[in-house]
Amino acid sequence: MLEQYIGATVMFIMAIGIACGMVFMTSVLGPKRHFAEKMEPFECGEKQIVSPHQRFSVKFYLVAVLFVLFDIEAVFFFPWAILFKKLGMFGFVEMLFFIIILGVGLCYVWIKGGLDWE
Amino acid sequence: MEHIPAPAIDFISLAPALILSVFGMLVLLMDLFAGKNKNLLVFASLVGLVLAGVSAFAPKALPVVSFGGSYVVDHLSVFFTLIFVFSSALTILLSIEYNPRNGIRAGEYYALILFCTVGMILLASATDLIMIFLGIEVVSICLYVLAGIKRGDVKSNEAALKYFLLGAFATGFLVYGMTLLYGATGTTKLAGIAEVIHSGQTNSDTLLLLGTVLLIIGFGFKVASVPFHMWAPDVYEGAPSPVTAFMAVGPKAAALVAFYRVFATAIPEIGTTWDTLLMVVAVATMVIGNFGAIVQTNIKRLLAYSSISHVGYLLIAIIARNSLGGSAIAYYMMAYAFMIFGTFGIVILLGEKNSENLEIKNYAGLGVKQPAIALCMTVFMLSLGGMPPFAGFIAKFYIFGAAIKEGYVVLVVIAVLNSVVSLYYYLKIVVLMYMKDSERELELSMGPITLAVVAIAVFGTIEMGLFPDPILQLTQ
Amino acid sequence: MLNLACLVPIFPLIGSIINGFFGLRIGKNAVGMVACGSVALSFLTVLLMFASLLFTPAEERMFEQVLFTWMAAGDFSVDFGFQIDPLSMVMMLVVTGVGFLIHVYSIGYMHEEYSYYRYFAYLNLFMFSMLLLVMGNNFLVMFIGWEGVGVCSYFLIGYYFEKKSACDAGVKAFVVNRVGDFAFLLAIMYIFNIFGTIDFSDVMHMAPEKLIFGAEPVTIITLLLFIGATGKSAQIPLYTWLPDAMEGPTPVSALIHAATMVTAGVYMVVRCSVLFEMAPLIMLTVAFIGGATALMAATIGMTQYDIKRVLAYSTVSQIGYMFLACGVGAYTAAIFHLVTHAFFKACLFLGSGSVIHGIHGEQDMRKMGGLKEHQPITYITFLISTFAIAGIFPLSGFFSKDEILYHALMDGNIILWGMGATGALLTAFYMFRLVFMTFWGESRVDPHVHPHESPKVMTLPLMILAGLATVGGLLGIPLVHGWHALHNWLEPVLHFDLAATLEHSRHMLHAQGEHPASWAHLLIETEHNVWVEIALMLLSLGIAITGIVGAYFCYVKNPDLPGKFIKGQWGYELVKNKYGVDELYDATIVKPTVVGSFFLWKTADQKGIDGGVNAVANVIGWFSVQARVFQSGFVRNYALFMVMGFLVLLILMF
Repeated sequence: MLEQYIGATVMFIMAIGIACGMVFMTSVLGPKRHFAEKMEPFECGEKQIVSPHQRFSVKFYLVAVLFVLFDIEAVFFFPWAILFKKLGMFGFVEMLFFIIILGVGLCYVWIKGGLDWE
Repeated sequence: MEHIPAPAIDFISLAPALILSVFGMLVLLMDLFAGKNKNLLVFASLVGLVLAGVSAFAPKALPVVSFGGSYVVDHLSVFFTLIFVFSSALTILLSIEYNPRNGIRAGEYYALILFCTVGMILLASATDLIMIFLGIEVVSICLYVLAGIKRGDVKSNEAALKYFLLGAFATGFLVYGMTLLYGATGTTKLAGIAEVIHSGQTNSDTLLLLGTVLLIIGFGFKVASVPFHMWAPDVYEGAPSPVTAFMAVGPKAAALVAFYRVFATAIPEIGTTWDTLLMVVAVATMVIGNFGAIVQTNIKRLLAYSSISHVGYLLIAIIARNSLGGSAIAYYMMAYAFMIFGTFGIVILLGEKNSENLEIKNYAGLGVKQPAIALCMTVFMLSLGGMPPFAGFIAKFYIFGAAIKEGYVVLVVIAVLNSVVSLYYYLKIVVLMYMKDSERELELSMGPITLAVVAIAVFGTIEMGLFPDPILQLTQ
Repeated sequence: MLNLACLVPIFPLIGSIINGFFGLRIGKNAVGMVACGSVALSFLTVLLMFASLLFTPAEERMFEQVLFTWMAAGDFSVDFGFQIDPLSMVMMLVVTGVGFLIHVYSIGYMHEEYSYYRYFAYLNLFMFSMLLLVMGNNFLVMFIGWEGVGVCSYFLIGYYFEKKSACDAGVKAFVVNRVGDFAFLLAIMYIFNIFGTIDFSDVMHMAPEKLIFGAEPVTIITLLLFIGATGKSAQIPLYTWLPDAMEGPTPVSALIHAATMVTAGVYMVVRCSVLFEMAPLIMLTVAFIGGATALMAATIGMTQYDIKRVLAYSTVSQIGYMFLACGVGAYTAAIFHLVTHAFFKACLFLGSGSVIHGIHGEQDMRKMGGLKEHQPITYITFLISTFAIAGIFPLSGFFSKDEILYHALMDGNIILWGMGATGALLTAFYMFRLVFMTFWGESRVDPHVHPHESPKVMTLPLMILAGLATVGGLLGIPLVHGWHALHNWLEPVLHFDLAATLEHSRHMLHAQGEHPASWAHLLIETEHNVWVEIALMLLSLGIAITGIVGAYFCYVKNPDLPGKFIKGQWGYELVKNKYGVDELYDATIVKPTVVGSFFLWKTADQKGIDGGVNAVANVIGWFSVQARVFQSGFVRNYALFMVMGFLVLLILMF
């Protein structure tokens, strides 16, 4: 009964093996040059510890968040499109409401200036 | 080609949630064009809330089931809808004078309260784990933003961030718990889960119990019970006062009713396994809440701890898991709404131009200078402490009655003892007001609308204490 | 006529509302008129009702008026209603009658006060609550009144809120009372649990059928009820608040802390007499607690110098007698003493108020003396009441106290009688000590103060009360069968068929397969022995005279004698410091609570949680250490604490 899990188990072990192996190999083979930025947990171009009162541009974050938001909403259209005929009028009206609500959100973001880069 | 049938939906019973959603979006759009004057938004929000409240009575015969059994409108949910609409309306009324004075200018404030109310209504009617999760998230996300809406204030920001991080953490527990429950029973419908457990066809009892523990944590966080309460004092202190009052009543009531529905309708059959856990949580909540409150010097922190202790009493009704418990929670939350909005109304009234004036010691001498306000505060404090003839007494009485009926006598004894302890810090405020001279002159901001809210709250607190029957009939 | 019942409490409520909200605007005279007028209306209504009850046949003297259904939840339903029967009628007469006199007196006594209206608003509110307490037809209405009088008492004790001692006394009274209230509330819940109702008449009718004589449930219920009574009526161990309550204005002490509120516990016990009759163990406890309180408070009364404190301990002691009477089943005697005590103790308190008023606020008896020339009316009324409390024939106290002592001996035992008799000796002694130190001898009053008699509005109530204290004994003429008016009056309420109850309990025990204890000895009727009663009367008269002569000898003949006698006596110091009970309570209950709260805050909630989190961090090990490096702020602690809670719950679950 457990035979059906053999494949998954093998893959699981291999995945762990490769992950651990790579970490191990880099620590053995890789050159070790330590400097301040490199020792930070996330090397991303931003300083880790700064005063929270500092001003910084939120545009990048804002656009990224908005993109994720509308992108996810758009994903809902795919299953709907496939079942469009089966769902009939009900499905159509529901999606209409969905789009209206999205539209309100878009209006809001737009007028609030969320899409202005300058 | 066969059609997928549309689910049976009774739109009349959904009216409160639908009306509020529409008004929420309307208010959001109106804000874009309204400019600095927020009165229109306030007016529109209140109209929406009143319409929603009226439409809650529209269904002719209760209960009405929609969405294939995941949404039910029954007496309990109608009553809770009223509590939500009422508390949201009071929040908005309290904000009218508070917000400009404290630099809250965001028009989204009102839309968020409306959306939050929608979430609470969903939560009160949800009979499906997924629907419950949806409701909780709608409520929580609105609250995260509302807690931090005072953008210039560091404490408000801190409150929002803390609440968000911990809330996300707790949501993890909740969803995992729901998943395990689904895994154990193969359904997300509360009635279905009860059926599977009853027939003894669960996939794994271990998963079921583990899921229950995780659900306790998830809900325990939302209602702020010990040891998942630690966000509450910080967030209550940091959030704007009307929002704090709102959080202490509406969302808490919503989480409690969902808590009650899950534990009393889906898994009451395994009640003997989880009632010990809830008892431990309830007792810890009462004790930590009450003893924590005794030493507070900030009125909002004190009320936060006091609200934690009240959750302890309310959990007793869930432990009782009978229908009396459900209506006891409903009654308690209605009474609590009056008391808390009244108290926060007074806290807001005592705010000064440049500071919110939250130190309890500044309440000294109020009995001489503002006898009417001091009298109202006394009523609220006595009621919160469970003194007759006020609403708080009757509310506790029902809760304890529900528990006694199921034989949880020791628990009730502990709760009564705790309510005695709680009187200490409530009376401390009364003593301060009447028996100490004030240390300095206060420049109070006596807004007429806030005063009106306090008057409504006093009336409600006394009315529900003297004539509990009509309200109680509504809950059953 | 009995339909007027609902009006009785409403009058003072209206008075209270008018005075509370408009008191400053309508002026002092109007405030006094409203306050006294409302109580007078109540009193007149009660008189009408009394007349109509009097003309109803004895067995039909039971009237219930349900105003509305107060709440109904499931099978639980409570009506808001009043019960008018001979027992509540007696209480209503005392409360409104004595209350009215004290209201009138207050007009004179409080005249100089700025917040005159506040005082009368509270006093009227008290009348309202007290009437609810005695008129309620179920435990919950009684409890509402019970809490209401507690709150009013708290307000009035702390009336002089500029004084810290007054505030502290108010809080102390309130908190100590809450302990008792808590027990009372538990008793109500238990009663509901067993009977499914909390209506007085239903519970009392069903008790012999639903409860087993002397078994656990009825014992617990009555014990809780009695603890409730000890709180409100200042009995051991919850009596400490009453002497401190003397910080309130003197008329308040007379009304609340002597005549009415403090006797509520006695009323409650008598009201539940059926339950108490079924719990012999608790009956014995009630009797002994009552006797011990009577004795102990009397000893403390001998050592106090504050005129009001002496009277306060005297009150505690006299209420002890009432409980002693309840404990031996002599409910009529308890109510009889309650009534006479209301007369003479109200008179004594008002008299002491008149004295204090006359010498401008001095309360220390060492700074009084020789006042009988300056305040003749006060002196004479005070003396009459003192004779009454000391138990001198033919004043009221003589009859009521002797009835209690007789029953203590015949229905109780010789120890109880001994406690009561010794208490009577001490009572006579300390009361006359008070009279001699205050009114006799040389004046020790501050020479700048010129003592004066109080105005008519104050002396008139004194005279009426002294008159009542004189003739009140006629209510209960002993010896001759059928002449005891109060006994005949209360008979229908207190009726209890012991034999039938025992029989029923025996059946219930048999049904449970247990064998009942032998209860035969309980059914032996004690014959009313006239000769014993006469002997006891003479004896206690002798005791009272001995006490008086002793006081005369110590405080008039040889004023130096007590000083010499008590010097260096550790026993005296102990009694003077009230046996150190206050200190004991402070050390064992108050301090630990405060310290405990601080502990929970500082140690448990701050150190404990952080410390606990650290401990868990070590257990969980590497992961949490890493988490700590990457996270910042206290959110981490909160989250970790949640995890800890999860682990605890998990362990509990499995």
